[in-house]
Amino acid sequence: MTSNYNFAFLDENTKRMLRRALLKAVAIPGYQVPFGSREMPLPYGWGTGGIQLTAALLGPDDVLKVIDQGADDTTNAVNIRRFFARVAGVTTTERTTEASVIQTRHRIPETPLREDQILVFQVPEPEPLRTLEPREAETRTLHALADYGLMHVKLYEDIAQYGHIATSYDYPVLVDGRFLTSPSPIPKFDNPKLDHSPALMLFGAGREKRLYAIPPYTKVESLAFDDHPFEIQRWEHQCELCGSDESYLDEVVVDDRGSRMFVCSDTDYCRQRRAEQAA
Amino acid sequence: MSALLQVRGLSHHYGQRIGCQDVSFDLHPGELLCIVGESGSGKSTLLKTAAAQLAPSSGSVRYHQRDGDWLDLEELSEANRRRLAREEWGFVTQNPRDGLRLNVSAGANVAERLMAMGMRNYGQLRDIAKGWLERVEIDPARIDDAPTAFSGGMQQRLQIARTLVTQPRLVFMDEPTAGLDVSVQARILDLLRRLVNELGLAAVMVTHDLAVARLLAARTMVMQGGRVVETGLTDQILDDPQHPYTQLLVSSVLTT
Repeated sequence: MTSNYNFAFLDENTKRMLRRALLKAVAIPGYQVPFGSREMPLPYGWGTGGIQLTAALLGPDDVLKVIDQGADDTTNAVNIRRFFARVAGVTTTERTTEASVIQTRHRIPETPLREDQILVFQVPEPEPLRTLEPREAETRTLHALADYGLMHVKLYEDIAQYGHIATSYDYPVLVDGRFLTSPSPIPKFDNPKLDHSPALMLFGAGREKRLYAIPPYTKVESLAFDDHPFEIQRWEHQCELCGSDESYLDEVVVDDRGSRMFVCSDTDYCRQRRAEQAA
Repeated sequence: MSALLQVRGLSHHYGQRIGCQDVSFDLHPGELLCIVGESGSGKSTLLKTAAAQLAPSSGSVRYHQRDGDWLDLEELSEANRRRLAREEWGFVTQNPRDGLRLNVSAGANVAERLMAMGMRNYGQLRDIAKGWLERVEIDPARIDDAPTAFSGGMQQRLQIARTLVTQPRLVFMDEPTAGLDVSVQARILDLLRRLVNELGLAAVMVTHDLAVARLLAARTMVMQGGRVVETGLTDQILDDPQHPYTQLLVSSVLTT
């Protein structure tokens, strides 16, 4: 740990402000709490919201894991992990089961989470109604009145144009039967993992200065029509590294002749499975 | 028969300027009332204030609910005001682009109010939307087209379908046929007259076109400078205007 920084980079007052906002968010599941987002040493869109939440949560004994699209070894994940190793001196890990705090961009780990773990999401756009209603005052009113018919207009459009609900990521959910919430751009494959999750889920949007939470064991319902129910993605393929047929797969182009392979997007899950198979 | 909407001493001021001043009228179920007057006479302000889109500076608007109770719009919570505006009322704007959601298809536009009311069956929504497109003389095959691909007259008819889909009891219309050419205007007026009769709607319509008033409305109010200068049966007002301004208005209509 570099001694020139305060523990976990942010000053104590900022962390206190964040914790107060987080408590409020947990008290009102799915409600977007405004907070005083700080300048962080990385650009907006790279996880400034998530990194501030993580900074407010971390203690010296925490073990941090950071994933980006499920992978531990991509630029965003590596840099944020190194950042906290440097400014907080916390232990970092790539193993889901060992982590106490997991910051994630666009995935929920395949390995089931536990009650003593916290998942921190990086959120680009916290407002699920934004593309349909650009006025902030109006979307806040709609949330206040639980007036969410508009969201179904988008799903209707999907079916009208594509024959099925084509929204495949950032699929809107209703938290605790009350607040319409963006699950951040996770694939809808991960939406069922939000429902009654044992782990606390926190969402931070740095540019939009909003944070919200899905507390443990909270009902999370993906919106749908009666005659077009919610469905997750399915693949005809299996992971070519570990053979899993139930994880979320990435299609990777492997040469310039169009060859491609399907592999698990969750690198830790894939590695654990291969280790088990080798043993 | 008791009134559906009771407006008493209604005023709306824009700062020092008068929008409308001390307007009172009753609207009965199934009745179509026209408000005529020149530009700037306060017609649209009156309409928006009566429809609770603008807060009145003074006066009251009361609405007679289905269950027989009178509702004072000023005491209404925002949630109930929106529910009322969505389920029992309709508002047709002069420019269909203001009333439509342009980035979604015609079908979604028609079905939006139903979805807001909680209907969650895609097949049903679609059937209802198709039915309404037919009723306003739009080819149901165009249900998935964007409203921007429609002509001005079609857009206005789409807006009417979108407004009437929840079978409101009361519709406010702000010059629904202004800016359309004469033949299209005639078709829309014909459509409106048919729908108003079929559905037993009550409607308040703002227009500056006296011919529209004569065609559709049983009663007419004439406004000037924010005040109602004359009110009565449409034929009476047009054939035997009493107030100098009404006389001017009637005499300035071009006859061919």
